[in-house]
Amino acid sequence: MTTKLRSGFWRQSLLIAGLFAIALLALNFLIFDTGIVAVVLLSGFYQGMLFFLVAAGMSIVFGLLDVLNLAQGSFFMLGAYVGFAIYNALPEGTPITVRFVAALVGAVVFGGVLGAGVEIALLRPLYVRPIFQIVLTFGLATAITELVRGIYGPSGLVPVEPPAALNTTIAVMRGQFETYRLFIIAVGLVLMIGISLLLQRTRLGIIIRAGVQDSQMVEALGINVRRVFTLVFALGTAVAALGGMTAAPFLGAYPAMGEQFLLTAIIVIVIGGMSSFEGTAIAALLVGLTRATVEQISLQYLNTPILASISILVFMVVVLLVRPTGLFGREA
Amino acid sequence: MSELLEVRNIHTYIGQFHILQNVSFDVPAQSITVLLGRNGAGKTTTLRTIMGLTPASAGVIRLNGIEIQNRRPYEIAQMGIGFVPDYRAVFRQLTVEENLRLAERKPGDLQRKLGFIFQIFPDLERLYHWPGGQLSGGQQQMLAVARALVPDNHLLLIDEPSEGLAPVIVEQMMEAIRQLSDQTTVLLVEQNFHVASHLADRYVIIEDGRSVHHGQMADLVADRGLITRYLAAA
Repeated sequence: MTTKLRSGFWRQSLLIAGLFAIALLALNFLIFDTGIVAVVLLSGFYQGMLFFLVAAGMSIVFGLLDVLNLAQGSFFMLGAYVGFAIYNALPEGTPITVRFVAALVGAVVFGGVLGAGVEIALLRPLYVRPIFQIVLTFGLATAITELVRGIYGPSGLVPVEPPAALNTTIAVMRGQFETYRLFIIAVGLVLMIGISLLLQRTRLGIIIRAGVQDSQMVEALGINVRRVFTLVFALGTAVAALGGMTAAPFLGAYPAMGEQFLLTAIIVIVIGGMSSFEGTAIAALLVGLTRATVEQISLQYLNTPILASISILVFMVVVLLVRPTGLFGREA
Repeated sequence: MSELLEVRNIHTYIGQFHILQNVSFDVPAQSITVLLGRNGAGKTTTLRTIMGLTPASAGVIRLNGIEIQNRRPYEIAQMGIGFVPDYRAVFRQLTVEENLRLAERKPGDLQRKLGFIFQIFPDLERLYHWPGGQLSGGQQQMLAVARALVPDNHLLLIDEPSEGLAPVIVEQMMEAIRQLSDQTTVLLVEQNFHVASHLADRYVIIEDGRSVHHGQMADLVADRGLITRYLAAA
């Protein structure tokens, strides 16, 4: 980080991101009571973390493998379904906390194994044909969604019950906030810090950051880049699956949830600067905050919920006008 | 001198273009051999083919008697070949230390070599924690060569080490290559004949994708006709 702060580019990117954040905060304090502002901020963080859980893997995979993984939303959705299946398959009398943790761990393992399989069997032969990769991941997303729809039906599953401590509300200033949403924020933060440490402090992280620039040269240094590709793709899908299962007790599990989150995840990585992990993390929070702010405006004054979805597109356009490569993106 | 590297009848295509059309030469151990030739003759492709980055479609390449032409680049690197491309390939977002650490093949490689690296490139000690992207062209070239020195390589492939550098840096780079040739074998591509003739023991001339001449550098320096025929600007 210190090294990065030495770079003028990074300082400028942080400054622009900071200005957007300050503008959003100022807007909140201008329009809402302090109590509402606190709830909007928490809601923004909560939404931002969900977007981050889908977008993080996409961003790293895009940076290293040059693959825009359009199936990432489906891995998110599959994580929810697999988690539910594990949760419900455990014998009667199993404590809810055990079920819940088993569902989270199961979703991560399933996501990782599935991701590794997809990379080795389907993507690897297509690295020389980028357009085919997009078609492949799009096809995969459609196939997974239809498969789930076929097995479980179109209407989705009723949310499972989280542990009691996560199934309550707390008072925030003059508002109420669900503890489960705080749990989602905590999971997102832990992953954000964990992945950041992995990228900055480990040899694998050095390899990934180098590979984002020139994977051929990394291979010429004696590193088996294909193995790293598999590992990174598996990591990305595991994080998405964890995100899906983490969100599911709150949102439920339904076939279209992948598509819904995919579009926002793409907007997030475009705003963040395509292959920048830090950019993705910051953009996810800014998008979450934008959405939560406009949701509240809509709820309080306009009664037009669609504005929240439109707001993040407008936010993307504004960012791209200021910074055509995204907040932390560099020219190719 | 025994042959460390044997290149026999190599053919390489890039897309539909037949770039190398029969290249053969040997690189003796503990020597500096230079590939000479006009722009576009196939010198860089020859290095990339040896490294497995642009694989040969026909021919044989042996390192210490073991065929390597069908191996992947990381396997070739692990067999003891270090590669310094003409574009340097310094990782801009990594610090000098991280760039060097990336080249470690076993823990402790960098620690063992750091003294030697700082001895031949003293600037890198001062810049150790700087991002690669903030180094000057000469400093990036030093880092690219230093990176190839981190593991115990038998052979270094260095592409255009003097390209785009100020004369004083070129002198420093030449001295460094001389010093490291005491420890390893070097095969380099060099357009600057003055640099090449002062550094190399042996030469191979590549013309239109074919190896057309090779021998001792001292003989080439004395043969103005050969220089004019193959190396003078077209």
